Amino acid sequence: MESPAPTTRASSPPPAAGWSLPGIGLLKGMAVTAVNMIQSYYRKDRMTTVQYPEERAPISPNFRNFPFLVYDGDNMAGLRCTACSICEKECPPQCIYIVLDRDENGKSLKRPKVFDIDVSVCMNCGICAEVCPFDSIYMDGQYELATGDRFGGLLFNKETLARSTDYHAQLRPLEAAEVAARRKAEEEKKLAAQAAKVAKAKLEKEQKELKAKEEQEKGTGA
Amino acid sequence: MISNPFMSPAAAPASVPELDEDQLLHVSLGPQHPSTHGVFRMNVVLDGETVVSLKPVFGYLHRNHEKIAEGVTFLSSMPFTDRLDYICPLTNNWAYAQAVEKLAGIEVPERAEYMRVITAELTRLINHTAFVGFFLGDMGAWGTALMYAFREREKILDLFEELTGARMMSNFMRFGGCRNDLPAGWAAKASTLVNEFPRFLDELENLIIGNEVLIARTQNVGALPKEALINGGITGPMLRAAGVAYDIRKAEPYGIYDRFKFRIPLGTTGDCYDRMMIRFLELRESLAILRQALDQLPEGQFINPKSKIRNFKAPVGEAYARIEGPKGELGFYLISDGSTNPFRYRIRPPSFINLTLLEDMCLGLDLADVVIILGSVDIVLGEVDR
Ligand code: SF4
Ligand code: SF4
Repeated sequence: MESPAPTTRASSPPPAAGWSLPGIGLLKGMAVTAVNMIQSYYRKDRMTTVQYPEERAPISPNFRNFPFLVYDGDNMAGLRCTACSICEKECPPQCIYIVLDRDENGKSLKRPKVFDIDVSVCMNCGICAEVCPFDSIYMDGQYELATGDRFGGLLFNKETLARSTDYHAQLRPLEAAEVAARRKAEEEKKLAAQAAKVAKAKLEKEQKELKAKEEQEKGTGA
Repeated sequence: MISNPFMSPAAAPASVPELDEDQLLHVSLGPQHPSTHGVFRMNVVLDGETVVSLKPVFGYLHRNHEKIAEGVTFLSSMPFTDRLDYICPLTNNWAYAQAVEKLAGIEVPERAEYMRVITAELTRLINHTAFVGFFLGDMGAWGTALMYAFREREKILDLFEELTGARMMSNFMRFGGCRNDLPAGWAAKASTLVNEFPRFLDELENLIIGNEVLIARTQNVGALPKEALINGGITGPMLRAAGVAYDIRKAEPYGIYDRFKFRIPLGTTGDCYDRMMIRFLELRESLAILRQALDQLPEGQFINPKSKIRNFKAPVGEAYARIEGPKGELGFYLISDGSTNPFRYRIRPPSFINLTLLEDMCLGLDLADVVIILGSVDIVLGEVDR
């Protein structure tokens, strides 16, 4: 059997008819503030202010604000982004702008020519990092981004967005390790698949040659 | 003519007829007023100090959310819902996720349901403590109570940051679960917080509820009969403060709320005092739910592996899902034409609908009471204007 629902008046003093001197309730409240004031001098959990910028509160490893692009190796050539534009489509305030790089014949080079994020519009949602199928875009934890440049300062291009894999590993060790392991496994699988393909092709070729030879022999025999 | 207190009695007209248009004072409270909790304006007509008419004016924070949602994918609307009632983003996430799940028929794994209950009840703690702080601020107890409330809120926000990556703009729930699992040790931290919270509640109650000034200013102020509230579509603590036991967690249990034991606190008169006290009582019930949920938290998946993140398409149809948000019934109504974007997206915001009876509550009272009554409705302009 559930206990009856609590009601508001039961747990409170009766309605005051005018002022009930000497204001016990008032004094009780003031005692609470006094205790708090005294405690704020010695209780660690009551000293909650951090003297920024001299001190900084640690940020949690999950903290996110703006996205960055990851490249493998040590320069921009290893940018993982394939300019597939999935993040551009899913970005809620539509602040990503991507142009696919093409060679002179119009064939896609699978890399972005332009990759801009207007971080003054970005709402730090992390959806781009979530939907990217190529492990290319992740959320940064850098929050001191004030700039004096009103017009271009907050429009990040491909170069300003790019970060190395080491940076990612430092920022989010767990996530980066997981991604690296997955990518390595995929790479190995791909290599293995390629090797298998090569071996299969070789086998097929040999078989074909053998068949042709046989046929030839047959032909000459007949 | 504006009445002037410095005018000598002799110069004033001898007999003032009641509601003489010349004697009425038109005051525009807001949109930039510390008591309006954002950019909200009330055009108040005063006869002396007494409110004769009150017209709410809103729309200053209109962001076109519903129309934008029709132009972006289902998933892209999720971070926008954080910005509706920005004190409690996680309940907004839940309501929206639930609407899409209903539309697309997605199952939610058990662990995800528990995570949702835990985050939603923590959100309720934030909302109700912050409410008490702001409400006292409206009454002139500027700062103290609010700072105490925010000190505790900060601890919960730290938990949220660790879990979702952001203090307030969580963007945490997904169709069919949550975005990520609880980090290691998170549940233990949450349990500690839940166990320590009653101490803070006692402190806050000692600080204010016996206070004679508070009682004199809130009791028998702004009460409306039950029938008026029901007819006005008022929901949430405001309705329960008037003694109507209507809580969607009980009336139409969603998620796994039917597994928990908790009570619906009720008020008696529905005045501002009851509206504040009901929050205190609800806080204790929320703590009871949190304790049960943290105890029972099962292992398992945090998101349904069948649910799609990229290129999600809902089947043709419509769905309305509602939850008991900290401020009242929060509902999302969606119509889908089978594409990646909703065809129609509509929100039933509790603060907006709870505001509709503002004038009825204020008529005949003093201007100073208007501020308290507005505070007791507990509005967030992000949700009122959308
Ligand atoms: S960042 Fe990822 S999702 Fe965006 S275009 Fe590049 S590869 Fe595609
Ligand atoms: S974090 Fe969100 S808003 Fe910012 S670029 Fe990514 S998807 Fe767009």
